[in-house]
Amino acid sequence: MKKFLAFIKGAYLGIVVLFMYLPIAIMMFMSLTQSRSATRWNGFSFGAYQKLFSPEVGIIDPLITTFVVAVISSLAATLIGTMTAIGLHSMKKRPRAVVESITQLPMVNPDLVTGVSMMLLFAFIGIKQELGLFRLIIAHTTFNIPYVIFSVMPKLRQSSDTLYEAAMDLGCSPFQALTKVVIPDIMPGIVSGLILAFTLSLDDFTISYFVGGTKTNLSMLLYSKTAKGGVGTEFCALSTLMFLVVGILLLIVNLRSIRQEKEQAEQRKKVMRKA
Amino acid sequence: MKRVRLSYPYISVWMPLFIIAPMLFVLYYATFKDGAFTLEYVKQVFTTTNYLPALWTSIWIALVTTAVCLIIGYPVAYILSTMNKRVAALVSILFIMPMWMNMLLRTFAWKMVLDDTGVLASVINALTGNSPKLLYTPAAVLIATIYDFLPFMILPLYTTLMKMDRSHIEAARDLGATGVQTFTKVILPLSVPGIISGITMVFVPAMSTFAISRMLGGGKVKMIGEVIERKIMEQNDPAVGSTLAILLIILVIISMAIMNKVDKENGSAGGTLW
Repeated sequence: MKKFLAFIKGAYLGIVVLFMYLPIAIMMFMSLTQSRSATRWNGFSFGAYQKLFSPEVGIIDPLITTFVVAVISSLAATLIGTMTAIGLHSMKKRPRAVVESITQLPMVNPDLVTGVSMMLLFAFIGIKQELGLFRLIIAHTTFNIPYVIFSVMPKLRQSSDTLYEAAMDLGCSPFQALTKVVIPDIMPGIVSGLILAFTLSLDDFTISYFVGGTKTNLSMLLYSKTAKGGVGTEFCALSTLMFLVVGILLLIVNLRSIRQEKEQAEQRKKVMRKA
Repeated sequence: MKRVRLSYPYISVWMPLFIIAPMLFVLYYATFKDGAFTLEYVKQVFTTTNYLPALWTSIWIALVTTAVCLIIGYPVAYILSTMNKRVAALVSILFIMPMWMNMLLRTFAWKMVLDDTGVLASVINALTGNSPKLLYTPAAVLIATIYDFLPFMILPLYTTLMKMDRSHIEAARDLGATGVQTFTKVILPLSVPGIISGITMVFVPAMSTFAISRMLGGGKVKMIGEVIERKIMEQNDPAVGSTLAILLIILVIISMAIMNKVDKENGSAGGTLW
């Protein structure tokens, strides 16, 4: 009976995993077909990947845009987000709660609304459509900052405030105390926030679509080519590549957090033993 | 106390300029015409026949999506929470990872599967002999919304169930509760916070999606997000687009308020339990 139950449980998880990954698997499989249309298998070929980088698809510029925006916005968001988190941590409860709930706004708001609202802002203050790259960087930094703040905050809560004060007592300047004590202490949170911000930026479609103006990133390219009508295999190839890049990044983030939890658990055990 | 200053650039520049101001602009575009306050656009939204049906479509698609995600996702989260911790941590990545993957790509994958000459149609054709129309139907949109948002339901449920104190379950069993009773009287009530955040995390994006209905609905399934997108990107009508966006925000706030209320009521009930 117990074995049967375990089998049912495993089978159920298996079916849901299949549902979640089968369409992606089919798409990856189809990216390797020789035929022009992505719905029929017609022999193995890397043709779709070759076509993807041909000038008629025009992938180079969106590819550069995507990466430039992801790198700059994730670095900017990590810098601003980490500074803000450290500041917020030593702030009084009431104002901190206000700032935190406003910060959550871009996370809670539908992406559509965030995108539309940023577009209206840019239109109003006169940052033109032609400045698409700048608009994208500002928008991506904005939606990335909250994720950095909320991945650094827990680490600050775990670390002890007395460390900062001890560093100052031992002759550090406040700046040294920050760079030599506080920041190394919360580094895992900062790195997780950075990778998360980078991934979110790579992945974003909705907000980019509204603020991008004349600049196109990979998601926007995919949307403009596939929203209506047929599906070429080159877009299966594009999707496959994007899935692989993001998938690997996510695996790194997740495995890191599992390892960290394990290390913490071991640390706690050691402390318990000593006590 | 100098550390507080580190947050000033964000609090005094970035937050007001790029989080608060954009929201005010949406409000401004919706209620001002040539610098004067007007309710013209609000009236237009409620009297023109196009907008409200799109809103209802969005609401029912979001409701069905949320319900199905809960029904599929709860057992997944529950089974994961009963597994060996180390195994569960690894297996749960499989279920949660798609959450961070490009929604457009995942929708695109379904477009391929559901295409008239696609995999699913071929399978159905081989089994039954007739070729069904799968793409550009409400069912296609529903499948994609369920598929896209399922991880958003599983994650909060899993986190809540993982954190649950196992001794409550053991106590219930020791005191003679059956498996079903333990579930309905202990596990389910204790997992309500997870259910609630799962519902909001699925309902809100499902209601406001526009890419899914556009790619898989093909103009036959009109959702409010798509109407807003067309107004702003194609018809250059930010006023009505903004008004609809505000309507969307109001709906989001209402659904969150309902969820908060349920959470609080449940919380007090949980309090009296002990």
